Amino acid sequence: MPDLPSLALGQPARLLQVGGPRSYRRRLMELGFVPGTELRLLRRNGPGKLLEVELRGGRVSLRAAEARVLEVEALA
Amino acid sequence: MNTPLVALTGNPNCGKTTLFNALTGANAKVGNYPGITVERREGRLLLGHDAVRLLDVPGTCSLSARTAEEQIAVSALAGLDGGEHPDAVLLVADATQLSRHLYLVLQVLELGLPVVLVLNMLDEVERADLAVDLDVLRQALGVPVVAVSAAQGRGLDEVRRALEKVLRDPAAATSARVDGAPSGALAEVIEHVGQALPGDWVAPHAARRDGLARWALLSVEPDDELAAVPAALREAAQAGRERLEAAGHDVDLELIAPRWAWIDELLARAMGDKRTVIRKVTDALDKLLIHPVIGLALFLLVMTLLFESLFTWASPAIDLVDGVVSSFGQLVGGWLPEGLFRDFLTDGLIAGVGAVLVFLPQIVLLFFFLSLLEDSGYMARAAYLMDRLMKSLGLTGRAFVPLLSGFACAIPAIMATRTMERRRDRLLVMMVVPLTTCSARLPVYTLIIAALFPGPDEAGGQLFAGLSLQSGLMVAFYVFGTVVALLAAGVFGRTILRGSSPPLVLELPPYRLPRWRSVFRTMWERSRLFVSEAGTVILVCTVVLWALLAFPQEAPVSPELQAERGAVQSELDTLSEAQVAQVGNTPDAPDGSARALPGTEVVSGLQEQLAVLDARAEGERLRASYAGQLGRAIEPLIQPLGFDWRIGIGLLGSFAAREVFVSTMGVVYGVGDEADETSGSLKNGLREARWPDGSKVFTPLVGLSLMVFFALAAQCMSTLAVVKRETASWGWPLFLMTYMTVFAWVGAFAVYQGGRFLGYG
Repeated sequence: MPDLPSLALGQPARLLQVGGPRSYRRRLMELGFVPGTELRLLRRNGPGKLLEVELRGGRVSLRAAEARVLEVEALA
Repeated sequence: MNTPLVALTGNPNCGKTTLFNALTGANAKVGNYPGITVERREGRLLLGHDAVRLLDVPGTCSLSARTAEEQIAVSALAGLDGGEHPDAVLLVADATQLSRHLYLVLQVLELGLPVVLVLNMLDEVERADLAVDLDVLRQALGVPVVAVSAAQGRGLDEVRRALEKVLRDPAAATSARVDGAPSGALAEVIEHVGQALPGDWVAPHAARRDGLARWALLSVEPDDELAAVPAALREAAQAGRERLEAAGHDVDLELIAPRWAWIDELLARAMGDKRTVIRKVTDALDKLLIHPVIGLALFLLVMTLLFESLFTWASPAIDLVDGVVSSFGQLVGGWLPEGLFRDFLTDGLIAGVGAVLVFLPQIVLLFFFLSLLEDSGYMARAAYLMDRLMKSLGLTGRAFVPLLSGFACAIPAIMATRTMERRRDRLLVMMVVPLTTCSARLPVYTLIIAALFPGPDEAGGQLFAGLSLQSGLMVAFYVFGTVVALLAAGVFGRTILRGSSPPLVLELPPYRLPRWRSVFRTMWERSRLFVSEAGTVILVCTVVLWALLAFPQEAPVSPELQAERGAVQSELDTLSEAQVAQVGNTPDAPDGSARALPGTEVVSGLQEQLAVLDARAEGERLRASYAGQLGRAIEPLIQPLGFDWRIGIGLLGSFAAREVFVSTMGVVYGVGDEADETSGSLKNGLREARWPDGSKVFTPLVGLSLMVFFALAAQCMSTLAVVKRETASWGWPLFLMTYMTVFAWVGAFAVYQGGRFLGYG
């Protein structure tokens, strides 16, 4: 299953599953990362490998390695 | 009846503070929440003829609290911890990010509080050609909804009217649960946890039992830091969660997902398909500002400019403060008769106030820049850029802001750790921040460098083209402090404060033009808080130091000195008499000016001699004072570092605040209290100081040793006091002081003995 960091920039996708340690997972979910949410990768940045994700009209930055817990499917 | 209390809350970056300022005018009371250093701002809001108190609650995305600030938000809203229950809540949401901000709205509604929802950023919504159907929101949420632009001051009257109505009829604005009740096992567990809630949490609004039970179920976990949650509730929440998980439930998802489903459905009706604001300017700026190479270069430029202006802009103000305080001291000294009381006023109290005030220019400027960077949205980018470095230290980019503040003063830096999530991360930053080169070290470095190292025009004063030895040393000590702080963080993060770097979740808000009024207001309020926080400690320490230096009063002046002084005095007296006699007989010069009198140079020479002798007498008295006794008592300890007992007094004095070292040296070397780091007499005094065997005390090597000591030692009572309060323990401040003092001693020892071994000094 593809994860968030593997998405192409700008590719619309749907979130399928959120994994990870409880507190991180809860925070992601409270920011709107719940299964079924549509999102887009806006930026993949630099040596620190930070991602900027757009969802629900807002944006969140995550570390690529940590965002692997977000499973997604690309939308047409 | 008490004045009603209205809590103002919302997500971070929703414009809450702007609204607070717009509604309350310029009369906020800023203080701390009891026990912790989280700013508590309360203002008066006029509703017609009545006033209510408006409490600015820290911004949060969710009530499942993690950071100290978020815990405050929950406690303040729900009235936990025995706090006052608010009579109503003004809930601010950014209309351009409505979906995300409605999540918090739902949670607050669940607490059963009367709410007025304020949709802010009306101007930006209009510019982006979006539309929000307020009636749909009102109907669905069951509370009043008002659209405003806090920045433009639009809609404020409507907010007041809505609030007035809500306070008169709270039931009409209380909505409780809007997104449907869960069923089955989850509902049972919520019910069960609700029974374990303390009575006073639920009391005023019975409807909130359900909301608080969900909150507990979501927030309580074995390693949370929720001090307010009683054991019974903790147990019930954990047992309930385990039971549900055993039955195959995904508790967090089942509590959170329905809220989002409800929000999605609501917004589809209230806004239609077009809900995203396109951020052209922000995106274009971010292409540069968070670019891995260009962004980093620009970041370094911003930091350089910041520090450069911090120093160049602050120094005239510092000189001014210094000048005003010392002339005020002289003025008061002139009014009062000589004696202990005068000395206490001028050398103790006024000097102490001066020691506090002298920090103000840099602190004020730093707060100005910090609030500018925060308001414009750049601070989040700085945290973003620094994330990689911080991650290698076991922290996240968020730790960058406190570390940056540390360059002005460790106290606001330690206060800034409250935005960090985990106690371990906060402790880690608190333990290393005092190593960064704070502004109090500057005068000490300046004095030592200027006194003991060749200036740019002297031999050996140039390192290479354009860089003098003196400025090179200053830069080197800045780098030294920063590197040691980062290394210490790396070491502590792998040993006593072991832990992985927490995951990063960072929001990059859109860039906004800073609003000057709010920038200046933040600057003013934080500076005031600093004065009351650090000021008291510094003042008390300075007064204590004065007493140690002033007592015992009777000066055991040695007979030789007395004899020498007597001889000079009588010679002077004779000469003056002769002069007075002469003046009567000497006609004025033809141009009307008094003729130069013979013997004038001799008189002034004698007067100088007298002053030197007086200074020596003062030195002898000082040696016998309590401070002198202390200095001599610790001399064996510091002699291996190249320091004598006089420096020892300076080191003891610098525990009040590092820069007190400079004025203490002035007293110790008998050049008067007006000594500052640029005064020639103090520099000369240091250069002339001798050990009993006649060798010089201050060599360049001793200077280096002393600067290393100052770079590493925890000589700041205020910092230790703030750490004590922040960690609610004696252990951490004691550890901080011990490890830094050991570091400082070892560092200075290595420099001094190593230098001697290599044949310097």
